[in-house]
Amino acid sequence: MRKKHHIALGVVTFLVYVFLIGPLLIIMAASFGEQNALVFPGKGFTLKWYAQVFQMSSFINAALLSLEIAFAATAIALLLGVPAAYALNRYRFPGKNTVKTIFLSPVLIPCIVLGFIMLRYVVNQWNLSVIPSLLIGHTLLSVPYVMRVITSSLANFDFAMEEAAGSLGAPRGYAFFHIVLPNIKSGIASACVMAVINSFNNVSLSTFLTAPGVNMLPIEIMGYVEYHFDPTIAALATVMMLVTLGVMLLIEKTLGLQTVV
Amino acid sequence: MTKGILRRGIWLLLILPGVLFVAVFMLIPLFSILFSTFSSEGAFTLDNYGRLIQSVYFQQVFGRSVRLSLLSTALCTLLGFPCAYYISRYSKRKGMMMALAVFPMFTSPVIRSFSWMVILGRKGIVNQLLVDVGLFARPQSLLYNEFSMTVGFVQLFLPQMILSLLGVMDSIPEDLTEAAGNLGATRFVAFLRIVFPLSVSGLVTGAVLVFTGCMTAYTTPQLLGATDTQVLSTMVYQYAMSLRDWVQASAVAMVMILVTMLVSGIFNRLSRKINPMAA
Repeated sequence: MRKKHHIALGVVTFLVYVFLIGPLLIIMAASFGEQNALVFPGKGFTLKWYAQVFQMSSFINAALLSLEIAFAATAIALLLGVPAAYALNRYRFPGKNTVKTIFLSPVLIPCIVLGFIMLRYVVNQWNLSVIPSLLIGHTLLSVPYVMRVITSSLANFDFAMEEAAGSLGAPRGYAFFHIVLPNIKSGIASACVMAVINSFNNVSLSTFLTAPGVNMLPIEIMGYVEYHFDPTIAALATVMMLVTLGVMLLIEKTLGLQTVV
Repeated sequence: MTKGILRRGIWLLLILPGVLFVAVFMLIPLFSILFSTFSSEGAFTLDNYGRLIQSVYFQQVFGRSVRLSLLSTALCTLLGFPCAYYISRYSKRKGMMMALAVFPMFTSPVIRSFSWMVILGRKGIVNQLLVDVGLFARPQSLLYNEFSMTVGFVQLFLPQMILSLLGVMDSIPEDLTEAAGNLGATRFVAFLRIVFPLSVSGLVTGAVLVFTGCMTAYTTPQLLGATDTQVLSTMVYQYAMSLRDWVQASAVAMVMILVTMLVSGIFNRLSRKINPMAA
């Protein structure tokens, strides 16, 4: 009896995982097909779609822009978030909860609404060009991640160590960079990973802020698949998934996947 | 003297840049939009919302958003619960199973929606199967309708449900179910009386993530839906970018914020209350 229900659960789990992962494997398989139309199972084996992806400058440029924005926005979010998280954990002051809520608030607003709000009241009113608007928008996306992760790693940090450094004569800045920061570096790393991935994959916010010619990768792909249906996108998707796998392996080796999700 | 003030006020210097950034680029614009939806030529009005609520089109879109989100949440719960239970109790490769749930989560929603375009399309594998089996006389598109949107939503958010359930199920001590067994409870009763009640908080957290995710997702309805299956998020985009009707777009945006905040506020509070492990 016990065995049976165990097996039934196993079968359900297997089927659910097929549903989760199967479509992605099908895309990977279809990227090697020789036909011009995207079909699975395909015929033959070719790498020509991969060659084509790397020749399409629109995808390459969009990928580079997406990466640049993701890293730059995360860096700015760190500059804004780490000092604030430090202050929230280290000092006593009124309105702490409000401050924390402000830093976490971008995650409470649906991205599609955030994009619309920014377009109407920031970009249009200040005549911002595409790059600064994307940078500001994606920084807003990253700030809550940074805040959440860094506050919880600082909660485990013993501030007596910093005080000890101070009483031994270390200036405040020195103590922060040599005592506090090294102790929360894995928290910073996992915040960065999550923020960069989230920013790189974002569609709803960017869709309001990009312009023809200056596009982020997911938006470029969305535009492409609405009119074309060939294995180029499957090849590009496979490249992106391999990068994701690489990132996941790296996280598992360094931080442990459990710490980021 | 100045040094003393600086020292006492240092927290302000540390939080100010971030607070200003979020306030200037998000909070002030947000409240500007909120006020704009309640004003017409300087006077207070509820007309914008009145017009919206009376519009049959909005009613349909709102209804569809809620319906598809509820359906997807129910499906994620039904599929996610046995999965999480199996992984937390029986799986020998728990880390691997978690990684396999995280992988799609880290993969772009555009790619995940696109994969369903390949699978459910006229030449897709599902059509081939259905024609071969004889259910369809000829291939027909399964795309661009509420069915394909629901499939996309469930695949998009199921990992979140599985992971938040795993989070609570892993914290249930094995001893509890064993003790129940020793006291004569069948495994089913032990599950019903111990595992299930202790998992409800994770279930609620997961359900809130799935529901609000579906209510606000844009990529999936845009790629797997059609013009006659609009949801709130595609409606905001359409009103703002195609029709240039800023006022109605703002009103729809405010409705989205209201619904997601209400749902997550109520249910997160509920989940904290009913989690016996937290107390």
